[in-house]
Amino acid sequence: MPNDLPLKERMQIARHVMPAQDAQVRITNFDEVNLGFTPELAREEAMRCLQCKDAPCSQGCPVHVHIPDFINQIVEGDMLKAADVLLQDNLLPAICGRVCPQEKFCESRCVLGKKGLPVAIGSLERYTADATANQRAARPVGDLPPATGRKVALIGSGPASLACAGDLIRMGHAVTVFEALHAFGGVLVYGIPEFRLPKRIVEYEVNVLRRLGVRFEKNVVIGMTLTLNELMADQGYDAVFIGAGAGLPHFLGVPGEELIGIYSSNELLTRVNLMKAYQSGAVTPIFSYQDKTVAVFGAGNTALDSARTALRLGAKKVHIIYRRSEEEMPARHEEVLHAKEEGVEFTFLAAPLEFIDNGQGWLKGVRLQRMQLGEPDQSGRRSPVPIEGSEFTMELDLAVIAIGNSSNPLLRDTPGLQFTRRGTLEVGENSLQTTKKGVFAGGDIVTGGATVISAMGAGRQAAQEINRYLLELNQPAG
Amino acid sequence: MFEIKTKTKIAPDIFRFEIYAPLIAKKFQAGQFIVLRPLESSERVPLTIMKANREAGTITLIVKAIGLSTRQLAELKEGDAVADLLGPLGKPSEIGKFGTVVVVGGGVGTAVAFAVAQTLKEAGNRIIIISGARDQSFVILEDDLREISDELIMATDDGSYGVKGFVTELLKDLYRKGEQIDRVIAAGPLPMMKLIADITREHGTPTIVSLNPIMVDGIGMCGGCRALVNGKIVFVCVDGPEFDAHQVDFDSLMRRNNAYRDIEQEKEHACKLDAQIEEMKRA
Repeated sequence: MPNDLPLKERMQIARHVMPAQDAQVRITNFDEVNLGFTPELAREEAMRCLQCKDAPCSQGCPVHVHIPDFINQIVEGDMLKAADVLLQDNLLPAICGRVCPQEKFCESRCVLGKKGLPVAIGSLERYTADATANQRAARPVGDLPPATGRKVALIGSGPASLACAGDLIRMGHAVTVFEALHAFGGVLVYGIPEFRLPKRIVEYEVNVLRRLGVRFEKNVVIGMTLTLNELMADQGYDAVFIGAGAGLPHFLGVPGEELIGIYSSNELLTRVNLMKAYQSGAVTPIFSYQDKTVAVFGAGNTALDSARTALRLGAKKVHIIYRRSEEEMPARHEEVLHAKEEGVEFTFLAAPLEFIDNGQGWLKGVRLQRMQLGEPDQSGRRSPVPIEGSEFTMELDLAVIAIGNSSNPLLRDTPGLQFTRRGTLEVGENSLQTTKKGVFAGGDIVTGGATVISAMGAGRQAAQEINRYLLELNQPAG
Repeated sequence: MFEIKTKTKIAPDIFRFEIYAPLIAKKFQAGQFIVLRPLESSERVPLTIMKANREAGTITLIVKAIGLSTRQLAELKEGDAVADLLGPLGKPSEIGKFGTVVVVGGGVGTAVAFAVAQTLKEAGNRIIIISGARDQSFVILEDDLREISDELIMATDDGSYGVKGFVTELLKDLYRKGEQIDRVIAAGPLPMMKLIADITREHGTPTIVSLNPIMVDGIGMCGGCRALVNGKIVFVCVDGPEFDAHQVDFDSLMRRNNAYRDIEQEKEHACKLDAQIEEMKRA
């Protein structure tokens, strides 16, 4: 296909689906589901891009990646240049290409999507990052600006902090990332499963930052091991970014939830992802899923990750139970598709009333009630209304609760920090500065559970604001 | 580097470790715990802190080598470092001037009992410690406990050392003798803490237990350590580990603590087989 293919012919090319492991095979392993574009597929998909001058796709991206530009470089065959265009705005392209809900952001604005299917921007992003990973790792770290002499502490090592660290180090500041757990990446390592985001990719990105000079310290929980005040007063940090995420799992609050066999998606996923319980020989125990019937409550990405993890652990049947309808599901489109291919069953418009005891304190089943959709609620989604007399029972061996998280409580007692009623951190809308001077925050700890890309966007915005704050510190007072 | 400075075997399968962890030593308050991974391949193990030495930057832990990861820890030597050590975690014990406080420690729960008793003693309380062990070989920390208590009752189930009897019986004896008890603190196996809660409820004595549930992260993330307290779900790692004993649902907690026992035993069995195979290969 020539590079100068006329517009009309470009529009004839059908969207390419990324090759994936066969559904029946992949439910027997934890390897990545998607296999990635081949160079040929990538180039053909890239040819579909109409190179719109106003780039509506970029406007739909929370970090405004120059999408037509990087796609154009794929067509031109200069992959390293394509990667550099991506990296200008998105420091974690291999991760975002895999976990970003493109259908809600860039791809939702693609002109092609009006009459057909949008350009597979996410798949191209992923391809660009993967195809250049070795080359990028081998090239020297570019020149950094002279050191400013300012020190910034980043709390948490999830996507918000990683993005913030990447920008701050390039601005000449000294950056230290503090992580409570024993691995870096936050939700990228404890939450998102290997089959959707291989951990070597997170490691790669952390190493990129290390090469740039970012320091990473594990086993430090801010608020306990060190306080914010100690960081700033004793250890000489000039500014702090809090990207600690939303970690405290919600439970349903229905009777019987204390039965054994019911746990949070965070527990299941932490055991499997962070503690590697899926590998034989791992010491962290996990309930046996072999031939079990499992229900997952919730319909976000975490719920789908839990359901598909359960299948891979050997579950006979896995139900997703959601009180609204398919349309309101917050999960990423591709994950829903993949889950269906893998045989996850969906029970929409049903809510749990109580869990049933097998007589020995273990879960035996759940009593559910059918719902119908009523008026839209605060989130704009139609709210579920119970249908009287519609109760029914489902036999279960295990249940996973995946209905969201609230912010971690460990920082709540910090003097000077203010939290909202929802438990999220109060920050200035544009400044991202908390109520404590020099302390900024972004990501899920501010918004409540959201997406990796939004957290990254907040991390980058915070880096700008922190930079401005640090420069102002240099101005003589008065 | 979290270096093991000293390691002493103090009873069958029970070890006393001093580990270099200056930030934790500086912050530690009685009642708090740490999460430790002996090796890169180990589980995250929650352990209460017995005491800290701020000058030396060390914390003291009492560990029973009972599962895979605690055995891995027990196999480490002085000079080795543990892979990960996070803390201090949990809320510190409530310290006040209560009057006469009876502190009951069972098994390795004696470590946290020591920490709380010491701090309460410093706060001006009269401290009676009841320390229970199966038999003489399991008696631990006697000298430490004696130093910080006004009265120390060492007890063994079989009478091979100290007073014969369960700690619960000895607590009842104190009430029978007319001892004015203003507060009871208990740390040890769940069945022991449950029985103590039952006894003190009758007497209306405020009672605090230090819970030791299954945990993974220790920082409020997984909810694996949740317990029912006063009918509400709490996360022991961030809301506790100390709670009002009279409001804890011990039965559901005991079930939860046993939930993984069979799986762990299977894993252990598999491990032993692997070790045997390795040995046979070497032979």
